[in-house]
Amino acid sequence: MSVQDFALASEAAARRRWGATAALAALVVLLALISLGIGPVRLSPLTVTEALFGGATDVAQVIVREIRLPRTILAFAIGGILGLSGAALQGLLRNPLASPSLFGAPQSAAFGAVLVISLGLADVRSYALPVVAIIAAFGSVFALLAIAGRNAGLLILILAGLAISSFAGAATALVMNLSSNPFVVLEIAFWLLGSLEDRSFQHVALALPFIVAGAMILLSQASAFRALTLGEEAAQSLGVDVGRLRLLVITGVALGVGGAVAVTGTIGFIGLVAPHLMRPVIGHDPARLLVPSALAGSALLLAADIAVRIIPSTSDIKVGVLTSIIGVPFFLYLIMRERRALGGGVA
Amino acid sequence: MTLLSATGLNASLGTRKVLHDISLSLSAGHLVALVGPNGAGKTTLLRALAGLIPSSGEIRIAGDMLAALPLRERAKRFAYLPQGHMVHWPLPARDIVALGRYPHGATDPARLSQRDLDAVIRAMQAVDVTEFADRRVTELSGGERSRVALARVLAVEAPVILADEPTASLDPRHRIDVMQKLRNVADAGVLVIVVTHDLGLAARFADHVLLLSEGRLVAQGAPREALSEAVMAEVFRISAYRAEYRSEAVIVPWADV
Repeated sequence: MSVQDFALASEAAARRRWGATAALAALVVLLALISLGIGPVRLSPLTVTEALFGGATDVAQVIVREIRLPRTILAFAIGGILGLSGAALQGLLRNPLASPSLFGAPQSAAFGAVLVISLGLADVRSYALPVVAIIAAFGSVFALLAIAGRNAGLLILILAGLAISSFAGAATALVMNLSSNPFVVLEIAFWLLGSLEDRSFQHVALALPFIVAGAMILLSQASAFRALTLGEEAAQSLGVDVGRLRLLVITGVALGVGGAVAVTGTIGFIGLVAPHLMRPVIGHDPARLLVPSALAGSALLLAADIAVRIIPSTSDIKVGVLTSIIGVPFFLYLIMRERRALGGGVA
Repeated sequence: MTLLSATGLNASLGTRKVLHDISLSLSAGHLVALVGPNGAGKTTLLRALAGLIPSSGEIRIAGDMLAALPLRERAKRFAYLPQGHMVHWPLPARDIVALGRYPHGATDPARLSQRDLDAVIRAMQAVDVTEFADRRVTELSGGERSRVALARVLAVEAPVILADEPTASLDPRHRIDVMQKLRNVADAGVLVIVVTHDLGLAARFADHVLLLSEGRLVAQGAPREALSEAVMAEVFRISAYRAEYRSEAVIVPWADV
């Protein structure tokens, strides 16, 4: 093989990846326009585009820019950070079954929010809720690091994450159990299901900075994930500070997922599914999977959020329920496919 | 000329002390075989020498204190091949080999500088893996995969190569093939340290043998002296058939009943 052949083969693969990523981005834009057009008043993507840029009628402008835009932005950003977090954790752990919930951050964030609701400290739509949820997500990650120690192996991290998410789940259940007000319990139960309904720009303003910060941290570590393909020892010998990488990834995931869960409740399985959908198209390189997985996550959540609005039903279907209903069978399918590899252990 | 030296090296895994007061001095252009019974601390010594685990004592590489070198700089000086040639994702062989350029700042295999590209292709040619550059490593046979792993290590173009059992689980032809390639690399001026259980390969290919037992360096020197009958009886509890074939040393371990 000559130098030229080598470069040519690389370029062909790069072109294919860019093509796929561009197509995915176009799909995300289309889904966003559809998402903005759906509701009690249906608007065509064309009208939506006009309204977005100050055209169409005043009514259409208000509907699109003030009522529906926050929901669409949140679906885009949260789907994206969930997909990105999934891809980053799968890269860090070199395990296709990893997902954000592995470290217990979303469950802990949900617990924080539930605590606020049940103590009657604030209404579900107030600022206090997301703030406490983010703090709880942070707390869980710090606890995880404290338990696992500085140079902890992945097995310890996974077990500690499992313990923390179980604990957060149990604590949430306890809060609901102890609550004397049935309306509060109902409110919590619905909030936990995960939804993007009636979100305002307040929610966007509160979640988005954390999501963006988390995404930046995760994306900055892309090439380290590639080196980790050879295992931690080899990656370390190539100059990757594995301990620091692990800390950065956990921080990025906590920021992004904590911020996301805070304003929507728990929306599961997007982080698990998105990278898997991308592998056949993009390849298995964990560094190249990050951006496409984020886009796939955005597309999935936008699509799911469109679906819950057009599926005929007497009461609202929550988007978190839909993603889990679709996600869990997919998870089981993955476990079956990875059965042999899983038998070999976590490392 | 000493390239790599260690003085009073001690290392622990958890609370267990694995390496006791190891001192050694190794030269460029040598193939060094690191041998010893299971659990003697061979892998730990290899990791300590590369600075992958904390150790006390002094390690010097080309005159510099290892402890004072930043991670990136260490990565340029030591190419480390862990046991088992683990590759977690089915990437094409060329991308795996290109990871050898990571310490030099080439983190994206699709965007290599001419210099990095040359190094990758040189490494692939040296171990004959260019023909399956585009195939996924997970689809390769054990022998092919071990050569890809070797190419990745060669692509670093480091003055020291540390290989942990690169010949384990290979058939006889591929074992000899891998050792011969490492021998060629050493002859080109690199210090190659190979952990192996195959005393026959060590005797045939190594310039220098380090014999570890229970975390201590119990013998070192040219293969025939370091693997003397007395030492083998004491450390491995075996005797060996010794001969010479085509003017190379032959040692065939033989267990006493």
